[in-house]
Amino acid sequence: MPTDEDELRDLMKAGLDGDAAAHRSLLERLSRHLRAYYKSRLSRIGRSASEAEDLVQEALIAIHTRRHTYDPAEPFTPWAYAIARYKLIDHLRRTKAARADVPLEAAGEITAHEDHVDTESAIDLARLMARLPAKMRNAIQHVKLDGLSVAEAARRSGMSESAVKVSVHRGLKALSAVIGREKAS
Amino acid sequence: MKTSSLIDMLSANVETVDRRQVPRTIATAGALGAVVAIVAVLAALGGRAGLADAHAISFLAGKLVFTLALVVFALIFLGRYARPGGERRAPFGLIALPFVAVVALGLLSLLAAPRAHWQAMLVGDQWLECLLSIPVIAIVPFALVMWAVRRAAPTHLTRAGALAGLVAGSISATAYALHCVDDSVPFVALWYGGTIAFCTVAGAALGPRLLRW
Repeated sequence: MPTDEDELRDLMKAGLDGDAAAHRSLLERLSRHLRAYYKSRLSRIGRSASEAEDLVQEALIAIHTRRHTYDPAEPFTPWAYAIARYKLIDHLRRTKAARADVPLEAAGEITAHEDHVDTESAIDLARLMARLPAKMRNAIQHVKLDGLSVAEAARRSGMSESAVKVSVHRGLKALSAVIGREKAS
Repeated sequence: MKTSSLIDMLSANVETVDRRQVPRTIATAGALGAVVAIVAVLAALGGRAGLADAHAISFLAGKLVFTLALVVFALIFLGRYARPGGERRAPFGLIALPFVAVVALGLLSLLAAPRAHWQAMLVGDQWLECLLSIPVIAIVPFALVMWAVRRAAPTHLTRAGALAGLVAGSISATAYALHCVDDSVPFVALWYGGTIAFCTVAGAALGPRLLRW
């Protein structure tokens, strides 16, 4: 019987090769694990489910935009867990929580539980998008939200295809930076 | 925003990802940093004298073996620490080994020499120049390597920063060795080892601020 690790790793590898269905399936499965992980950590310091959902989404953006840092020769779960944990610690620091109150257990833990309840997060994509430079905003709008092909998006915006790809990637990273900055303020 | 809408967005038009991107970016940054450091040393300080002498050549080679071994060692570690969870895969304490080795060699060489020579062996002619040059020349390589690490995803920022400092300090020391005429092992242990360690500590201090993502 294939384990969670094997399945997730195969999905990840397929996603790295450009398989969108595998990538979607990976993110869906990870989101359930991440939700259970963040809810259990945050509930102990009296934080809400919506705050956990913010973190789920931040971790998904991080996993997506940093997926080139996964080394396929290594196990997948510890990589995903390290990102989840990093985003949790960063969140606690930015929101001035006492880190000592939140247990930060070892790897393996992250795939132990699942939570399917998709609540609304406080992240307002439309408002955050408005804060991005126009080039990045348009690239994300075309390629990621309207579902245009990169070639079509390039034609409409008068940019080269590689410039569109770079703008999408930088835009997603910039979105996650904006989310982080908003917390601190 | 619903998480399902975010997933829709992230999995629209998924691009193929270059899996060798992290090591390639770090290696490129290191190579560029080395070129800048070598040009800076040769242009500002000049190459060393006395290379007709076999003793000088073997000493230069010895210094380069030490500093280049540090560069390679630090780059391998940094390649791991630049990725999420890298701290689980590479025991950080190992980076002390090259320093312990060069200090041990320095002590042995002092013990083998008459006491009257100790001061000359430790202080050399140009200790001040060495003390200042290595950290200053390390600045550009450090900036380049930090840029490369920022494009990856370190999850232990202090250690990733320390390793970036170690890479930059060792690159700088490699370049400085092309100029330096202080040919004694205790000198290398004290001034090269000390300045490279300083770069490492400075990198550790800057890591959490500069590498956050």
